[in-house]
Amino acid sequence: MRLACNLQCEIEVTEVGVAMPRTLVEKIWALHQVASLGQDTDLIYIDRHFMHERSGGRMLDGVAQAGRAVFDPDLTYAVLDHIVDTDPGRTDITKAPGGSDFIRFFRENAARAGIELIDLEDQRQGIVHVIAPELGIATPGMTLVCGDSHTCTVGGIGALAWGIGVTQGEHALSTQCVPLKRPSQMRVTLNGRLPPRVLAKDIILYLIADIGAAGGKGAAIEFAGSAIRALSPEGRMTLCNMAVEFGGWTGIVAPDDSVFAYVKGRPYAPQGAHWDLALHHWRELYSDEDAVFDHDIEIDASAIRPQVTWGTSGEHGTDIECGRVPDSAGIADPVRQASMLAAQQYMALEPGDAVAGLPIEAAFIGSCTNARIEDLREAAGILAGRHVAPGIMALCVPGSASVKRAAEAEGLDRIFQDAGFQWREAGCSLCFYAGGDSFGAARRVISTTNRNFQNRQGPGVRTHLASPATVAASAVTGRITDPRHFGA
Amino acid sequence: MTPFLRVEGVAAPLPIDNVDTDAMIPSRETQSVSRSGYGERLFAYWRYEAGTRVPRSDFVLNRPPFDRAVIILAGANYGCGSSREAAVWSHVQFGIRCVIAESYGAIFYNNCIRNGLLPVTLATESVAQIIDVVASSNGTALVAVDLEAETVATEGRTYGFSMKAHDRDMLLTGADEIALTLKRRDEIDAFRAKDRVDRPWIYHRPR
Repeated sequence: MRLACNLQCEIEVTEVGVAMPRTLVEKIWALHQVASLGQDTDLIYIDRHFMHERSGGRMLDGVAQAGRAVFDPDLTYAVLDHIVDTDPGRTDITKAPGGSDFIRFFRENAARAGIELIDLEDQRQGIVHVIAPELGIATPGMTLVCGDSHTCTVGGIGALAWGIGVTQGEHALSTQCVPLKRPSQMRVTLNGRLPPRVLAKDIILYLIADIGAAGGKGAAIEFAGSAIRALSPEGRMTLCNMAVEFGGWTGIVAPDDSVFAYVKGRPYAPQGAHWDLALHHWRELYSDEDAVFDHDIEIDASAIRPQVTWGTSGEHGTDIECGRVPDSAGIADPVRQASMLAAQQYMALEPGDAVAGLPIEAAFIGSCTNARIEDLREAAGILAGRHVAPGIMALCVPGSASVKRAAEAEGLDRIFQDAGFQWREAGCSLCFYAGGDSFGAARRVISTTNRNFQNRQGPGVRTHLASPATVAASAVTGRITDPRHFGA
Repeated sequence: MTPFLRVEGVAAPLPIDNVDTDAMIPSRETQSVSRSGYGERLFAYWRYEAGTRVPRSDFVLNRPPFDRAVIILAGANYGCGSSREAAVWSHVQFGIRCVIAESYGAIFYNNCIRNGLLPVTLATESVAQIIDVVASSNGTALVAVDLEAETVATEGRTYGFSMKAHDRDMLLTGADEIALTLKRRDEIDAFRAKDRVDRPWIYHRPR
């Protein structure tokens, strides 16, 4: 039996007329279901499609080649972020081989389709997942897709957002819908208070290390509990950003007053009567008390310490304080054992090596994970009055032009530069190596990014993932360092 | 898209977990907007000596008979990481028709379905048994995968698998999914007409 409710949606009711409890994701899903495509898949409406130059040109070209039109260019956004240079004075001519072709191809195809493109010099430019919420293009309860796996970042403000490939991007462009398998529902609850200097990044690294890089089981993961509610919207975005590294389909946090305050007044956010309507709608976006999750994980937030990865998967992580590279000898499964050995070999580490104190050669602060203003403040708090250790190559790449301006207004750019950091223009930068910009001769890098995969940040580069505080502390000492050594 | 019904041939073991899409197709290997030419770039860092196209003899896809593999046998979380569809294109253009693994990255899996690459999910022990059979025969034991029957067979052993109905139908028919959705244009329009009333802010774009 179905019944219209005051949200103008339809909710399932039982025979006795009591509304079935639903999860947050199930509520958003129901509001976007255009049609059922059989027993396990629905046609889901897409509120926002955000494209970038690495895959957006291919999507738009694919649509044109098929003789189709873009369904609704007004719901579609475009930005340059992935392979644009981040050096001051950058142009279309990129260090990344072929990068210029991707930029022009994207620009031409966007113009042809009538889609506004946020270009290099635009005040709004930045990493797609940073600017989508920052500009108010993404708001709570929306469905949002993008040809990038870290689209789940936007779950931090309560949107249902996920990464897609080029073909599904063409689908979204052509129909404003995507066929979607109904995901399993997972809840990760963190109660308790995070210790000082333990950040959202440490929470997600801890979770992945504890449960595994496939622990998210392809599920829609809701992060809940008092420790999550205590995080700022930016912290929640850091957390949801790496839901995909946990093996989730996406991550989300129920939006609350802190999110509504974050959204209000942003350039594309609803205004006036629309704001009132939207707010009324957003206040219904939470999991009902008795909602059923397929998987439930509970974590004591007070037990989490600053984290760092030692290997080539997010699951190769540990406390900095007392963490050591594990011994694979006790692992019975040959695949698990071979995977761990390969990671140790690539990282040039031996079982039993302590992670604290490992000498690093470069430090990177940036990416859709950790390049928002709070991240930069956290790092600057440690760097103020200090300098990176001799020989360390250090980069700070703000997540957006807006973050960069805000940081400069606070004087953070001076702190970074006085500490020996390069101060770059916004973009994805060295979160991944595209054949141009590099860490030079540096091999061991501590990074606020999301992936420590082999060769991800450059051929032979050994990436250690950590929070902005840990990266700043390690840059200063030249060794992997617990940021609590710099005070709480 | 070519319908997927059945494949039988050489299966190459890649028995490690978390094989990411950066390993499948490194970003630096994508230097052109073209969608072709990815076959030779599959697993470029593992397949070639650094900075060259000289094949490394220690990589499975460089050794006969695995150099003509049509199936890859892998561990958990195959295709985790970046959404880059070239990770799938590189498999298909190399000649891989099917992957058999314990689990997959969600976006990679979805991209497989849209490119006629069959991602079979089997239990750890089953994948391990198939890898044993293949490895101990130096690849001469062929593996047969039948999507209609949802079975994997090698050397007299058969393993059943299951897939979501929509994904399976897409592979079996090779249908143009976008064309199918466009047939529902009336339903999409009706949804939007109602949605514009319910959520007008979604449709308002400041200029």
